[in-house]
Amino acid sequence: MNPDTHTTTVEDAKNLGLTEQEYESICELLDRVPNYTELGVYSVMWSEHCSYKNSIAQLKTLPRSGSRLLVEAGEENAGLVDIEDGYAVAFKIESHNHPSAVEPYQGAATGVGGILRDIFTMGARPIAALDSLRFGRLDNQRTRFLFEGVVKGISNYGNSFGVPTVGGEVFFEDCYCDNPLVNVMAVGILKADQTASATSGAPKKAVMILGARTGRDGIHGASLLASREFDEKTEDMRPTVQVGDPFYEKMLLEASLELIASGIVIGMQDMGAAGISCSTSEMSQKGRTGMNINLDLVPLREADMSAYEIMLSESQERMLLVIEEQDIAQAEAICEKWDVPIARIGTTTDNGFIQLHHNGERVANIPVESLVLGGGAPVYIREQQEPVYLNETLAANPRELIGSITPSDAFNQLLESPNIASKRWVYDQYDSMVRSNTVQSFDSDAAVLRLKEVPGKGLAVATDCNSRYVYLNPYRGGAIAVAEAARNVVCSGATPLAITNCLNFGNPYNPEVYWQFAKAVRGIGDACRSFDTPVTGGNVSFHNESQEKAVYPTPTIGMLGLIEDLNHITPAGFQNKGDLIALLGEVGNELGGSELLSTLTEKVAGDAPAIDLEVEKRLHLTLLTAIQNGYISSAHDCSEGGLAIALAESSINSKEQTLGADVGFETEDPISALFGESQSRVVISFSLENEEKIKAIAQTHSVPYSPLGLVTDGDFRIGSYISTNVSEMAERYNTAIERRLGFKNVMA
Amino acid sequence: MKIGVVVFPGSNCDHDAYWAIKHNLGINAEFLFHKEHDLKGCDAIILPGGFSYGDYLRSGAIARFSPIMKEVIEFANSGGLVIGICNGFQILCESGLLPGALLRNRDLRFISKFIHIRIERGDTIFTGELNRGDVLRIPIAHGEGNYHADKATLQRLEENDQIIFTYCDPKGNVSEDTNPNGSQLNIAGIVNEAGNVLGMMPHPERACDSVLGSTDGVGIFRSLITAREEVAV
Repeated sequence: MNPDTHTTTVEDAKNLGLTEQEYESICELLDRVPNYTELGVYSVMWSEHCSYKNSIAQLKTLPRSGSRLLVEAGEENAGLVDIEDGYAVAFKIESHNHPSAVEPYQGAATGVGGILRDIFTMGARPIAALDSLRFGRLDNQRTRFLFEGVVKGISNYGNSFGVPTVGGEVFFEDCYCDNPLVNVMAVGILKADQTASATSGAPKKAVMILGARTGRDGIHGASLLASREFDEKTEDMRPTVQVGDPFYEKMLLEASLELIASGIVIGMQDMGAAGISCSTSEMSQKGRTGMNINLDLVPLREADMSAYEIMLSESQERMLLVIEEQDIAQAEAICEKWDVPIARIGTTTDNGFIQLHHNGERVANIPVESLVLGGGAPVYIREQQEPVYLNETLAANPRELIGSITPSDAFNQLLESPNIASKRWVYDQYDSMVRSNTVQSFDSDAAVLRLKEVPGKGLAVATDCNSRYVYLNPYRGGAIAVAEAARNVVCSGATPLAITNCLNFGNPYNPEVYWQFAKAVRGIGDACRSFDTPVTGGNVSFHNESQEKAVYPTPTIGMLGLIEDLNHITPAGFQNKGDLIALLGEVGNELGGSELLSTLTEKVAGDAPAIDLEVEKRLHLTLLTAIQNGYISSAHDCSEGGLAIALAESSINSKEQTLGADVGFETEDPISALFGESQSRVVISFSLENEEKIKAIAQTHSVPYSPLGLVTDGDFRIGSYISTNVSEMAERYNTAIERRLGFKNVMA
Repeated sequence: MKIGVVVFPGSNCDHDAYWAIKHNLGINAEFLFHKEHDLKGCDAIILPGGFSYGDYLRSGAIARFSPIMKEVIEFANSGGLVIGICNGFQILCESGLLPGALLRNRDLRFISKFIHIRIERGDTIFTGELNRGDVLRIPIAHGEGNYHADKATLQRLEENDQIIFTYCDPKGNVSEDTNPNGSQLNIAGIVNEAGNVLGMMPHPERACDSVLGSTDGVGIFRSLITAREEVAV
């Protein structure tokens, strides 16, 4: 079959992942039957991955503007937040779940590469990466293979490229066994007046391709791999996974930033999903132009590629660039310096069509508007239905399911739970310090970077999502994900500014999944409005399911916070023997969806903890005020494992792992009080002289304040329930994952 | 006094070294691009960390053939001061300025963390402001830092006192347990026989600013600057 002349049928469309109606719409939009190459371009542009066809209606309900946002969500490749002093921060999170499930090493590596390009295509130099990872349980052999492969892929790509990987999460739960989640967030900094836009500008400009040669890797990545569920055929999809080259990306970074700094760039967009198809059409839409592209001029890895293959290739480390014709020589000189190939492949036009030529023939002629989101791409609002499983989960009584266990046993088991235990096996493989800005990374609530560009100021970044809560109560779970991310950033001493989100769900054509999606988005929106942290962009990953079983709905939130003064940076670990320890927030007792319930019973049941966004906001205000006044030695939020684990972590992460806690605590049901996961709570430590001042601030904001005890020189005691010391806890906590992976060589 | 920082394609600690020298130590710094043949009158040269040429083929194996390395080798052979950090150490070994090689880490994984190193000699150009037995807390970040040399070479290194940094615990005890990557004799850094070329896996440029958690790297750069300034006087 010659794809350029083949007259397509509905069957062809279905094989490319389009529906019958979508095929009919394409024929109507074109007023003729598309050839196979054209249909291929539609299939990727109208794929879930590129068009957001099933999500955009919901996403539009999110707050997407604010005084600090320099671009609105979806307008450019990443969000852009004003941090004043002439600088802005670009940041975004994206998923690479499906490729990582099929080929963990390359899947994760190219996930890192893709998001980094989104950042530097805007003119920002990447200064941090975070990874939010979810796998099945570690006793499964395939999970260990995926886990080790993903971590290695991230490590090799990020380390070589030279971006510090400073934070993120690793979570283990059965539902992710066949379909791990790999969400990568990147953060970059740039001068606010040197932003590059993803636009074609105007007609008669030169269209250039920059970077790696185009090969056959990644064809159908967006349309067929990322936009459908896993089944027995998935193994055959391995060739749709792209192959990454971090060295090439590093050269592309330097060349791109130098091009932008030179002032000759009219527009630039990276090539990720749907490669040349996506970058040419999206840039043309933004610049209100067409493009005339000669595919014979695209540098190829293999000589005999068809127009179809060139247009759908997802080869990595490529950019599309639009410049004036007279600037071509200057662009070539910059690329020559960095040994990055550059080639002119076309010209922008005034006719609004993407016109492709190959071997001297015109092989495609497609109206730009018909391809893109906001234009001809379909928008669906799907049917919703409250999931049946909720009857069962809401009826369950988590406290009864846990049954009788001593607090001490529960505590020890939790310290060794992979979801709580130290992830140092993972993060020791990430270069977290390159670029010499990292002040805090994995041992604190949020990663903190100082900004060399803006002396005295810093950024705090965190990713969060407890998907069990979202599963049990999508609205609350969505709101909690934002609240916890904001709380983490606040604990480190920063004011939350904005979020990016990565929405990982099952098949949206399933009404129960779509219900989860719509509710979670509402929860996120309400929380963002409450904290004044608008959504700057992100990505949606549907079809995360296998054998008709969806992953837990997982809307990962990436939060950006600004540290106004580096003196405000606050660690999670205790700092001084003799400091007082107190809890800001209610003691609480909610065990629904808790780590304790899951660890002991492998069940996820009950309701998600309650969240009152007003209370949460007042907590943030209290803590930030106390921190900014210099009253706080350490702050750590209560999350998985509740109050007891928060206290343990503040000991384990204390200075040189030498401090403990002596907490007087008597209660009727210690299991609920110590391990419940009620929200809006932070464990703080401070010197005696600040006690009254902190209490007064808490009182002003009507935030409950409970004294807990004292920081000790190593002993750890909670009432009559738990008695141990910091080294014993650290041993359990630090080695749990290595032991589960079967590594013997455990160096301190 | 001016210190040059070489920029290879794939160097990614070049900016960090430049920043530490210029802003933390207050000394002139200048980037030297790999395609050039001019050391621009620098008094000392840093080969920074990173993944020069992607570390493809073998770490440092391609970088040693860069145009700038011809000048760096000549400079070193005529007594010029050169520090290779991490990838820079690998490049110095590949180019023959230092003996031995850096193999993959014992556990075959990249390691990024703060570790401790003990100063084995306080009388070199690079440690003059430190004392033998001092312990520095300083980060490592490498996949190939497992120092290896044949027996005769190791013996020569020991006899000539060329081993100047070893991996140790916070109290300065050197043992197999304090060896992060499998390096022979816990070697973290060595000098050449003439004492003007240093290779080290840990990153002193990441430990020059108190906000980053350690200023233990300052002593190494300060020693070099003092030594060079004394010569100049």
